[in-house]
Amino acid sequence: MAQVYYEDINEGTEVPALVKYPTTMQLVKYAGASGDYYQIHYDKDFALENGLPGVIVHGWLTLSFLGQMLTDWLGEEGRLLKLNGSYRGINKVNEDIFCYGKVNKKYAEEGRNCARVEIWAENPGGDKTVTGSAVVTLPSREKPQ
Amino acid sequence: MAGESVISEELNSLLNVEFGPEVYEVERGMVRKFVEAIDDPNPRWEKETPPTFPAAIVPKELLNRLFNAEIPLKRLLNGTSELEYLHPIEVGDVISVTAKLTRMRQVAGAEGPTLFMFTEMTYTNQRGDVVVRGKNTYIRY
Repeated sequence: MAQVYYEDINEGTEVPALVKYPTTMQLVKYAGASGDYYQIHYDKDFALENGLPGVIVHGWLTLSFLGQMLTDWLGEEGRLLKLNGSYRGINKVNEDIFCYGKVNKKYAEEGRNCARVEIWAENPGGDKTVTGSAVVTLPSREKPQ
Repeated sequence: MAGESVISEELNSLLNVEFGPEVYEVERGMVRKFVEAIDDPNPRWEKETPPTFPAAIVPKELLNRLFNAEIPLKRLLNGTSELEYLHPIEVGDVISVTAKLTRMRQVAGAEGPTLFMFTEMTYTNQRGDVVVRGKNTYIRY
């Protein structure tokens, strides 16, 4: 993907969407890699006893997908300054997770070209399961190299 | 019932106490495993760590206490995560994490009380630079 520059974006510019499809195996890998072994993420009986509809995706994993969407978009020269997410709903395993982002402000601060991006994830039912925001810096076409 | 506090003395005693530092060597294999787990093929993650990598640098001492404290609420969920990046965390770095419980709030939910536990983490590298500041809310219900 071509590098995105500050001049290319405006309020309302959409970040290219990303779709992920986590399986129980991915959740087990994530549990091992992150050290989060809470059983609701791989033990179906335990999850059901806890009133959940089955094994659910780690909030941090869905936030990781949103992070991937952002860093793919930022390319080599853009940088992520802040990443926030609220875990509002449930993403079940073996279902698509749709990741979206939209610029809601662009501004210069401390000599940097910044943007605030609204981000969210949806399950196949269209529920927003994670909502949040990111602050990024982007390179400028005008900046001398 | 909703008015009765579920916040135990044990939990109260943790407020604003700094736990750690707990020290993690950011080994290449650890980062590879994390990147494979989140399924993000960006070649950038061969040297640098992806944005949510701080989730793998766990302040275990505090979290074990918050998650296992004896209170009537047995279920746990992650509520929110906030990360601020000051410097990249790179493969080979040695990261120290400190953590504290800054606030608790009990609310009456439809199925009984819910307890929000607000935490703050600071991640510092081997040169003494704060690389990431994090905030996380955990929910017991």
